[in-house]
Amino acid sequence: MKKMKSSLVNMVVVLTLITVVAGGALAYVNSMTETKIAEINQQNEDQAKKDVLCTDEIKIASETPVTIEGKEFVVYNAGEKGCAVKAVDPMNASFGGDLTIMVGFDPDGNILGYKILKTQETPGLGAKAGEWFQKDARGSIIGKNPAAGELKVKKDGGDVDAITASTITSRAFLRAVNAAYDAYRQSLGRGPMPQPEAGAQTSEQVNQ
Amino acid sequence: MNYLKVLFNGIVKENPTFVLLLGMCPTLGTTSSALNGMSMGLATMAVLIVSNFIISCIKSLIPDMVRIPAFIVVIASLVTILQMFIKAYAPEVDKSLGLFIPLIVVNCIILGRAEAFAAKNNPFASILDGLGMGLGFTIALTLLGGVRELLGTGKVFGFECFSENYGALVFVLAPGAFIALGYLIAIINKIKK
Amino acid sequence: MGYILIFITAIFVNNVVLSQFLGICPFLGVSKKVETASGMAAAVAFVLVIATLVTYLLQIYFLDPATSVMGADLRYLQTIVFILVIAALVQMVEIVLKKVSPSLYQALGVFLPLITTNCCILGVAIQVAQGTFAAPGLDHNLLTGIWYAFSTALGFGLALVVFAGIREQLSRVAVPKGVQGMSIALITAGLLAMAFMGFSGVNNGLEKLFGI
Repeated sequence: MKKMKSSLVNMVVVLTLITVVAGGALAYVNSMTETKIAEINQQNEDQAKKDVLCTDEIKIASETPVTIEGKEFVVYNAGEKGCAVKAVDPMNASFGGDLTIMVGFDPDGNILGYKILKTQETPGLGAKAGEWFQKDARGSIIGKNPAAGELKVKKDGGDVDAITASTITSRAFLRAVNAAYDAYRQSLGRGPMPQPEAGAQTSEQVNQ
Repeated sequence: MNYLKVLFNGIVKENPTFVLLLGMCPTLGTTSSALNGMSMGLATMAVLIVSNFIISCIKSLIPDMVRIPAFIVVIASLVTILQMFIKAYAPEVDKSLGLFIPLIVVNCIILGRAEAFAAKNNPFASILDGLGMGLGFTIALTLLGGVRELLGTGKVFGFECFSENYGALVFVLAPGAFIALGYLIAIINKIKK
Repeated sequence: MGYILIFITAIFVNNVVLSQFLGICPFLGVSKKVETASGMAAAVAFVLVIATLVTYLLQIYFLDPATSVMGADLRYLQTIVFILVIAALVQMVEIVLKKVSPSLYQALGVFLPLITTNCCILGVAIQVAQGTFAAPGLDHNLLTGIWYAFSTALGFGLALVVFAGIREQLSRVAVPKGVQGMSIALITAGLLAMAFMGFSGVNNGLEKLFGI
């Protein structure tokens, strides 16, 4: 085949043609994968809710959206099993930006478990937060209750071991956990379920 | 044309990482572990093979003056398609590679091979060239990732070789990437002589 | 105060080349002489700021609202739109500079086409458009985005020029045969990255100081 000449018409036609074909291909693949991606995100979240409440079977009684410092939080109330809270770092100062986690609280406000849903950290480093604060790990936060005081890394006068060489990530993570607790308490304070635990939590809030 | 030679050219003689020193950003940025390195290598290889094939097929349709923008459109679309597939079918990979997936677009290997090989050769040879170069890149990234992971955390592909307490964390961090690659290149230069 | 923090973080703490691994190709490729390195740094700064501005506006006024206005989510076109904008910008900058300031064009001329494939441009543009850069205590908006891009460009320039300075000295000393060439350059870059790691924590101190 002969090489196309570099005339203006040729150039415009060829470039437009390539762009249109490329755009079409993208739109097609996008429509193909869109639902699948949404499905995976939903599955991950559902699994995360179960994981952080340490259970295989949960029934979400109510979903309460809470806004803290302009950021969206969602509290999933699973009755006596506790609450799972989808939370972000309210300050959003961690490197690479938005950190999204799921934290589980039992009805007394003790942390049952957590899971990292989204992080934009350096591969390998920020990823460590997924294990570092788990049960029996060095910086374990499981069983702690933010009602007894905000969780902080040792450097800031708290009692949580920060991840080696990533204090910033650790701080962002703990801020998200504290904010999650805040959202959890707010949801109970005005939630429609007058449980004794809920009452205890609110009175505590007043005492503080 | 000797097809076997085309294939092995990218793996050994003109290895994109160790010899041509192309595509250094993903090479250093994604090799904090062997698995991350390999994922990045394979993702790049997939784009490279398909882009080489498409460009070789349409090379005579593209006027010379708009050659580069046309190539970039083809490559950028392929990368976006790949990104969608990774998000849908391998979300873990998407999580660990993050920003570096869209950045495959500006990986000089891909545009470089399109310009230097695919624009001059037939589609079959172009696929082989993409495969060879991609394999060379994947091997290099896996090797570098493995070395960094081993020295930094005592593991390779997640299997523990020695206790993490004896690892030098600096190899997982930024400086370790440069230094490990520097010494790997030195060793490979030595072997080649 | 947050702006000072973005500035210092982008240049020293989270340097685009030495800790984010963006723009390594020109970092290794055009760092043999301080003079050429400064030229490259200036060209990158120029394109980076303009590209970030244009791509951010495109993202906010075209790609993001497309869902509600046209009923089609066009955000998946991000990569392709951004890279085309950058390629076109580089061409335009080249043409404009040629007319307006021939001397600057002469100085930068060789480096301009190379900038299209400099991944720090596309990388920073995506970071700003998605709002995933470090801006403690501030919102991610056009102003912080541009400021971040500018600071990043300075960080790129600093790393490049310092590295070029070291390599100029390096070319005068006897280096063991095995590590000559790119090998010693990479090891030097590693030591430089290690030196920059010393800045990590500076931003924490400043955060406390400014009360953010």
